[in-house]
Amino acid sequence: MKVTKRGLWAVGALTVTASLVLTGCTAASDDADNAAGTGEALTVWVDADRAAVLKDAAADFTAETGVEVKLVQKEFGDIRDQFVAQVPTGKGPDVVIGAHDWLGTFVTNGVVAPVELGDKADDFQAVGVTAMSYEGQVYGVPYSIENIALVRNTALAPSTPATFDEMVTMGEAAGTEYPFLVGLDPEAADPYHLYPFQTSFGAPVFGTDADGSYDSDALEIGNAGGDEFAAWLAEQGAAGVLNTNITGDLAKEKFVAGEAPFYLTGPWNVPAAVEAGIDVAIDPIPSAGGEDAQPFVGVQGFFVSAKSENALAANEFIVNYMGSEEVQTALFEVGGRAPALTASFDAASADPIVAGFGTVGENAVPMPSIPAMGAVWEFWGVTEAAIINGGDPASLWQKMSGDIQTAIAG
Amino acid sequence: MTTSPQTDPGPLRQSARAKRATRIADAASGGWKVVAAKILGLGVVDAIAIYALFVLVRSESWLVAGLVVFVTLLVNWIYFSRGKLPAKYLAPGLIFLAIFQIFVLLYSGYIAFTNYGTGHNSTKADAVNALLLSSQNRVADSPSYKLTVLEQLGELSFLVTEPDGSVSIGGNERPLEDVSNARVEGGVAVGLDGYTSLGFSDILGKQTQIAAISVPLSDDPNDGMLRTPDGSSAFLYTSSLEYDEAAGTMRDTNSGTVYSDIGTGAFTSDAGQELLPGWKIDVGFDNFIRAFSEDSIRGPLISVTIWTFAFAFLSVFTTFALGLFLAIVFNDKRMKSRKYYRIIMILPYAFPGFLSALVWAGMMNQEFGFINVVLLGGAEVPWLTNEWLAKGSVLFVNLWLGFPYMFLVTTGALQAIPEELTEAATVDGAKPWAIFRFVKLPLLLVSVAPLLISSFAFNFNNFNLIYMLTNGGPRDVSAGVNVGATDILISMVYKVAFVGANRDYGLASAFAIIIFLLVAGISIISFRRTKALEELN
Repeated sequence: MKVTKRGLWAVGALTVTASLVLTGCTAASDDADNAAGTGEALTVWVDADRAAVLKDAAADFTAETGVEVKLVQKEFGDIRDQFVAQVPTGKGPDVVIGAHDWLGTFVTNGVVAPVELGDKADDFQAVGVTAMSYEGQVYGVPYSIENIALVRNTALAPSTPATFDEMVTMGEAAGTEYPFLVGLDPEAADPYHLYPFQTSFGAPVFGTDADGSYDSDALEIGNAGGDEFAAWLAEQGAAGVLNTNITGDLAKEKFVAGEAPFYLTGPWNVPAAVEAGIDVAIDPIPSAGGEDAQPFVGVQGFFVSAKSENALAANEFIVNYMGSEEVQTALFEVGGRAPALTASFDAASADPIVAGFGTVGENAVPMPSIPAMGAVWEFWGVTEAAIINGGDPASLWQKMSGDIQTAIAG
Repeated sequence: MTTSPQTDPGPLRQSARAKRATRIADAASGGWKVVAAKILGLGVVDAIAIYALFVLVRSESWLVAGLVVFVTLLVNWIYFSRGKLPAKYLAPGLIFLAIFQIFVLLYSGYIAFTNYGTGHNSTKADAVNALLLSSQNRVADSPSYKLTVLEQLGELSFLVTEPDGSVSIGGNERPLEDVSNARVEGGVAVGLDGYTSLGFSDILGKQTQIAAISVPLSDDPNDGMLRTPDGSSAFLYTSSLEYDEAAGTMRDTNSGTVYSDIGTGAFTSDAGQELLPGWKIDVGFDNFIRAFSEDSIRGPLISVTIWTFAFAFLSVFTTFALGLFLAIVFNDKRMKSRKYYRIIMILPYAFPGFLSALVWAGMMNQEFGFINVVLLGGAEVPWLTNEWLAKGSVLFVNLWLGFPYMFLVTTGALQAIPEELTEAATVDGAKPWAIFRFVKLPLLLVSVAPLLISSFAFNFNNFNLIYMLTNGGPRDVSAGVNVGATDILISMVYKVAFVGANRDYGLASAFAIIIFLLVAGISIISFRRTKALEELN
């Protein structure tokens, strides 16, 4: 008898508790429904650096439109894979920040929706919009543009060198331990930093279509210019100008210590040198092969998920809000990355370093975002490292070109 | 019966009553507080489960919903019934084991039988949607139209102001018609009699609907459709792909090529050209067959497997040998300050392994590393970039990382071997080496062998060390695949799954299963051997 009573009591209490908790839950879930239905919450994935400035921008956007913006902080490097994995489940964000060379992966996996910049497209620097395009379709709103340039220690080298050889001569005349520094990995060199020299021999990675987008069928890396570049790599490796034991960290350390007049790097390494009291000037990258030395340009921007239920709000947010001069300027002030919006860039160019990198960037080309590029990275750096370290340039370079061709076809 | 229990305690009756007493004591032992806590706890669990059910049913995940119902009922039954004490203790652990271990295992097992990877990461419906989205191209040089969204009797229309100032209205599949009586503010038509103009917040409430509307410019579909990305401006698009739902095919309207679903998880033309994104399908044993049949995979798989075995075996052997040697040395009572030496010996064990590996990678730099510059006086030994030196370096660093563990384990095991055995052997005239070889080592192995086996399994999958020290390099540039001289199976799986633009989770999962079978097989055989060892003693 006692047992039954207790059992009844238990069931009763359970019902009460459960229903209490449940009422809370249903109420909460109703709210969530409303939010999804009226688009009152936009989920944005952003990295820690950009989260601070986006927070203010998001608050302004909410005040103006009534759309709440939920900022979720992610490690920048993790965003690409998590976005690709989560969008298909329907639990991904509405908007993500990302780099333009992720675009190929995004499109091949069907996780991004096209963005229509409309007339605003002309307000951005052309290379930014090109970089955010894939097969003629624009997929993102660019916000910053980055490229490498030659950083010169003005105390050690008073003038701008015209060619690579002249630079090395000037560097040797400066009497420092190294005439020229560039960070290379012992295993994989650094194709990104060496690319301007490669283009100066007339050997881009891919040819371009009529509309200016990269064509994976037109692999140019193994052309005659490529062979010349490989021979040049071997020469510079033998002469010790290019040294795969000087990693990115070491190169930075030595330039900051004043042990070299020239340093090939991006804007991210300049503040350390300035803080160390080095007077720097930003020069164009000297040509090694006679043609223009064109570095890669990396563009960062915002993408909209293909499965966003808040497509209109998301577009409004990234095109009309993130693309505004005010926000682009604010993002520049926090991150120090050159803005993609021409008006903001012009304002930012008051800083000679930004202007210097910008001038070099005018001649730059967007890093290919087509999936075939993955096959290129796989073989490119290790081959360069092998050649710098004494491998036979002609055969290794052609072998690499063949391997890339096979991998793309495969 | 008037006999009192105290005076007539029959053996049988006593036990029955004792049982009942225990039961009552059991039930009463916790008191009402425990019961209340139990009810509250289960209430929360049930509430969460029911909430989860709502969500799951709405998203039509029937299998998971069924599992949730089953688990919830099971939990309630376990905790509300009497007895079942072991189940009460084990249930939470088992449930978490199921979620975090068994489910993950089964899921990666399932992935091995699919084509999950770049270009195949979602359903067919998503792929169709994404293809149609990306095939919409804005008509070149077409103007942008100012737009106001109108509503009439629940139906949405676009009120469009063309750049030349003319105003027209249209709706989903209703072509644009000119109107003359629109209210115009600042050159933009903002309203029409009989219609309600939607403000931005109203538009947000109907985003999915509005984003799906495409208004034909005219009766001819080739003129294009007006669509709006933000609710305030519209652009003219044409679509280059057409989905035929009945036939399940995609047609390229420009070239006329028909892409159909031929069971490979992507729309494919007759010429074999695939449209990406595709979708995830089950491919059966394809990934396993590929692992063993495709030349570009099989070659590296074989060499990597051999090196993995060599690496794991040599790592265990060298660390055990050094650990044992030091343990014997420091076990000798004639040695002074043994305690301090022991502490120093344990130090490498105290640093996180991946950090040590990174530091070692820096110290082994050919030109600037500590080893070459300070210890070898400027010699440029390519520790990490020569194939064989790199293999040696990996083994050496792993020795440095691993010997303290073996030292600890063997010290303990050695101290557990009774001194009398050594004394007896000495009395019998045995030399120290013979004592070690025939008395101590066999006894030691009995207790240490299982640890050696687990250490083998650990090193078999020692991803941290390889990734941080050499990242699998140096690569053979002439090999044509992204596999280096020091890559072990697990780092190769990592490269297949996560490095480069083309991820292949299916193939990587298949590799993971193969690795699991290898490790499990070796462990089973070794443990059998160990048993034999025990029987010998």
